[in-house]
Amino acid sequence: MTTTDVGGRAAPPAAGPGAGVGPQGLAPTTRGVKGGSSLTPYLFLAPYLILFTVFVLAPSVFVIWISLHDWDFLLPGKPFVGLENYLNLFKSGTVTSGPFWSSMEATGKFVLYSVPLLVIIPMALAILLNQRFPGRNFFRAAYFAPYVLGVAVVGILWHFLLDPSVGLVNNYLDKLGIDANIPWTTETPWVWAALVGPTVWWTLGFNTVIYLAGLQDIPRELYEAAKVDGAGRWAQFRNVTLPGLRPVLIFVVTTTILASANVFGQPYLITNGRPGIETRSAIMYIGQEGLRDFRMGNAAAASFILTLALILVSLVTFVAFRERKER
Amino acid sequence: MGKDQSTNGGGLNRRQFLGVGAGAAAGMLLAACGGSSTPPGAGGQASDDLFGSGAEYSGPNVSLAFWNGFTGGDGPFMRKLVDQFNSEHQNIKVSMNVLRWEDFYPKVPTAVQSGNGPDIAIMHIDNLATNAARQVIIPLDPVAQLLDLQEDDFYPQVWQAGIYKGNRYGIPLDTHPLLFYYNNKSLQQGGVDGAPTDKASFEAAVTSMKDKGVEYPFWVPSDWPAHLMWWSLIHQFGGAPYSEDASQAQFNSDAGVQALTWMADQAKQGYSPKNIALDAQAVAFRQQKDAMTWDGIWMMNEWAKVKSLDWGAAPIPNIGGTQAVWASSHNFTVTKQAANDKNKAQAAKVFIKWISDHSIDWAKSGQVPARKSVRESPEFQQLEVQSIAAKELEFVRFPPAVAGIGDLTQPTFQLAVNEAMLGKKDPKAALDAATQKANALLEANRKKYGG
Repeated sequence: MTTTDVGGRAAPPAAGPGAGVGPQGLAPTTRGVKGGSSLTPYLFLAPYLILFTVFVLAPSVFVIWISLHDWDFLLPGKPFVGLENYLNLFKSGTVTSGPFWSSMEATGKFVLYSVPLLVIIPMALAILLNQRFPGRNFFRAAYFAPYVLGVAVVGILWHFLLDPSVGLVNNYLDKLGIDANIPWTTETPWVWAALVGPTVWWTLGFNTVIYLAGLQDIPRELYEAAKVDGAGRWAQFRNVTLPGLRPVLIFVVTTTILASANVFGQPYLITNGRPGIETRSAIMYIGQEGLRDFRMGNAAAASFILTLALILVSLVTFVAFRERKER
Repeated sequence: MGKDQSTNGGGLNRRQFLGVGAGAAAGMLLAACGGSSTPPGAGGQASDDLFGSGAEYSGPNVSLAFWNGFTGGDGPFMRKLVDQFNSEHQNIKVSMNVLRWEDFYPKVPTAVQSGNGPDIAIMHIDNLATNAARQVIIPLDPVAQLLDLQEDDFYPQVWQAGIYKGNRYGIPLDTHPLLFYYNNKSLQQGGVDGAPTDKASFEAAVTSMKDKGVEYPFWVPSDWPAHLMWWSLIHQFGGAPYSEDASQAQFNSDAGVQALTWMADQAKQGYSPKNIALDAQAVAFRQQKDAMTWDGIWMMNEWAKVKSLDWGAAPIPNIGGTQAVWASSHNFTVTKQAANDKNKAQAAKVFIKWISDHSIDWAKSGQVPARKSVRESPEFQQLEVQSIAAKELEFVRFPPAVAGIGDLTQPTFQLAVNEAMLGKKDPKAALDAATQKANALLEANRKKYGG
């Protein structure tokens, strides 16, 4: 056998004689590429940078430009209105301010209700699924499974399951002797359960997988050391698991907040924004305002405000999770 | 929104741009894009030669993109017609694309703008003016002329609705009113003899069914098509949602409040379940839980699919004192994309004529043909439900044909009806807010489209 043995396993036979590359061949170098120009790193970044500029940066700047106009892309006149779109969003009593802030409130509520659940439940699940027990892989797959569904599937499914008058959920509650006739998709506070519940069911698998990866990165020795020091299960969790998960936790919290703040499909399909406009999210408002009613200037202003709000929230999250310096 | 205030002092605004009239503007656009020999400045009639002469097309092979929103039971009927058209016309190939109406209206302008949109599109009458003003669709006066379509062959209100600023933009295909559907078994159970026709007999039927064990005899939804029920009722109570020239909203008039109160009362008195979410009343009617429902004529084939359902249809009963019912109409439009190619425009003309001539087959999908000659044909008389709906034509109330009016529906009275039906606001308060908002939006639209 001339194939190189890597990590105790035989390399695939296809790597014929002499083709074996030992770990030494992959040794990383810290020196720069010989003869490389100073442009090299930028050239490597270029493909992404071009896409980023064309599809993210340029539109973002364009949005600001649109937001300063009364903009309808099909009409020849796009009068410049200065900050009027913004002022109208902040002035109470205008046509736009009421619906916009109602949509921001709906978004805020959705974030408030869904993020804690999407941070805590997946963590508990990940810790559970990190144990050794028979059928572990099955359960890992089972909890992740809903995540592969599209939002349209999830939305329409739950719209009908939770229908107050003809839905399966109320039907089964009825069979159990609970004659509640719960207005899941038409009445507060039930609508929030109808939005948050399916969302948690749908997306918790993703966060669980991230946590699982994080848990597997925590060195076993730390737990052993903690045990030696007499730490119980709770103390181990507090002093080993949680600090070990900190970078993962920041990632999970930030992405979950942003994902929840961008919620669109669930209120669009499950509650249709009802009752009234109480569950219409900010993205849903912006979409309807700009793409259905063609008031793009106002929609652009609203989306810019939403963006600023999200940047602010992300900053607060980072600061809150900042590694505390030892004094 | 007070959009244009800051620009009124100087510079160009939309009013000035549109001042020339969208028809003339579109005409110039055609002259510019079509490369035709029409001299510029010929105004709205500039497109005369775009559609060629006569009602036939004999040019080279051409393909047409035809978009519509027939996602329901109506889609297969139109597809069959398109297939038949294709097989009878060797040099024209029509490919049909179906989108939900909610996605259709936002998408068509963008798609047309990029050149990947439809050449022919179906639009409702309340969207014609908007799309004409936004120059998505082009004037069809020459088409009506060449195809020899006469006003007296159409329902006058439908025919008139296709005109915006002196130019025709839509060729009416059909009319689709709201209908009153009932479950025969439930009516029998309640000892109701025949479909009720007025307030007294309708309320008697509801009470008697309720007494005899029909839990919820009349489901009044909170979402679509609840606002269309209200649209019918406000006219019945002697009012109208908009003033004659559609410059003012008057949702909160006595008639409007009476209409919405009557609807909300159905749930309050236990004749309808509370909290009916989107589409639930239609599901309930199929499941025979809903004894009576008001829904579009296009739903008839959905009911027909349920074998065990013994249903009937009647005109919407006269609750308020004046017979009236909501209706809309599908229209053929030709987009400015087709105006770039004479062959396409002329083939579109042939397609519109052919479908219009075959509108009896379209009627079978649950529509009343726009053409009187088709409605009076013996073939149409045999379509039972459609004939009942045709009787409603005497008292249909269409949405006004004003640019931007379609955008008002959802944020104003559709929302108010929802809030009242879900008990979030009382009818008067909900309609007050909706009226105020609608007037602000109308004001903004006047600035945007140059009223």
